[in-house]
Amino acid sequence: MPSDPKYFGENLPYHKSFQKKGQLIVIEGTDGSGRSTQVGMLKNWLEVQGYAVVLTSWAHSTLMEKSIELAKHGNIMDRMTFTLLYATDFADRFENQIIPALKSGHIVIADRYIYTAIVRDAMRDANTGWIRDLFSYALVPDAVFYLNIGIETLIPRVIESGGMNYWEAGMDLHMGQDLFDSFVNYQSALIDQYGKLAKEFGFEVMDAGDKVEEIHGKIREKVKEMLKKPKKAQ
Amino acid sequence: MALFDKKHGYPGKLFIVEGVDGSGKSTQIALLKKWLEAEGYSVFFTEWNSSELVKETTKEGKKKNILTPTTFSLLHATDFTDRLNYQIIPPLKAGMIVLADRYAYTAFARDVVRGVSPTWVRNLYSFAPKPDISFYFDVPAKIACDRILSSRSQIKFHEAGMDLGFSLDTKESFKIFQTKILEEYTKMSDEFGLTTVDATLDIHDQQEIVRDAVKETLKGYSKKRTIHAKRPKVFWRKFTLS
Repeated sequence: MPSDPKYFGENLPYHKSFQKKGQLIVIEGTDGSGRSTQVGMLKNWLEVQGYAVVLTSWAHSTLMEKSIELAKHGNIMDRMTFTLLYATDFADRFENQIIPALKSGHIVIADRYIYTAIVRDAMRDANTGWIRDLFSYALVPDAVFYLNIGIETLIPRVIESGGMNYWEAGMDLHMGQDLFDSFVNYQSALIDQYGKLAKEFGFEVMDAGDKVEEIHGKIREKVKEMLKKPKKAQ
Repeated sequence: MALFDKKHGYPGKLFIVEGVDGSGKSTQIALLKKWLEAEGYSVFFTEWNSSELVKETTKEGKKKNILTPTTFSLLHATDFTDRLNYQIIPPLKAGMIVLADRYAYTAFARDVVRGVSPTWVRNLYSFAPKPDISFYFDVPAKIACDRILSSRSQIKFHEAGMDLGFSLDTKESFKIFQTKILEEYTKMSDEFGLTTVDATLDIHDQQEIVRDAVKETLKGYSKKRTIHAKRPKVFWRKFTLS
């Protein structure tokens, strides 16, 4: 059912209003929460069900991918600059992928959304007004699945999958004596922040410690319901 | 919104120049730099859109014409933040004088003409320190355009605002674009208390106005001099290994 899109703030002034035919599903969670696995499974299942899916991933716009890689490899050391690199990446994907796909009736799965930026920037500045204004033109998703992980589960997963790095450990914020301590403190703070957003924005919270299939099953049920229910005009 | 509402509090000084292309602001800031250095001040110069981090991306985005008003704006903000952290804040903290050719006001003018919301772009730059003086070189659009058109054989696509579709003719588009940018600057002049300089005056006369204003601001400022600031550069080159 086509519907009028909802924005966090206001639509970009130069964008015409449009009828939203598709759905926007967001999967959020810290690194190591199993996000990509769930994104892949959901996409596959939706396609089997006959829905056309567009996948859009954080930091993977055609425009910004190169700059972000450059930055990650030590060319910058500043969180604010990172925030803006990611914000540019998001804007590019938002205008060139997400909006066109929703207009034409695709289901968009976003691997991370503006919440990632809000959570991370909250580590720099507890007042999230600036970052929220920055993303005020973004669409409110139809559903947000948040993979909630405990720090004890997260640590071994990250170490197994290649180890902790400077940014994931929030080393720029000096939150610990060494990489490990900093990682624990930083990721715990991120998880806390995600928890707050989950309440504020009504995320569907999934326990990332559950079996992969089990989580997928739950997401599937919710999505099924969402796709069945015709959206009433408000 | 708390935008540019308080002094930066660093021991250094920040002077910036603004104006449309062809207003002569780069000439003026170069002359200001010459003078400050001759007076023995330690000066750092930084320029809009020059950080290595996003240079390639901006160039490519422009070339392929895939930038939207929002990504265009955000890319420039990224460039600005990168320079702020590497080139502007450190010298200010070290008590040096920073000269910037264009500042956030350029974004407020250009990006708004491109179509982003004025409030949104002001929020975007709200972390920027307020300059001690922001010189605005005010010039009628026609004069600015004539200066640019006579000194250059070609105007770049984005410089002419061709992405906005005002006109298919580059020169015509450039004129319309510059006129709209001028309108934004005029609005900002009061909003941010820019120090307006009549850019139709003789270059030398303008420079005197600029230097007088700077002199006034530098009263009570203690000159920071780097150790080798006054030594001739040649001194170092003499000891090359053969």
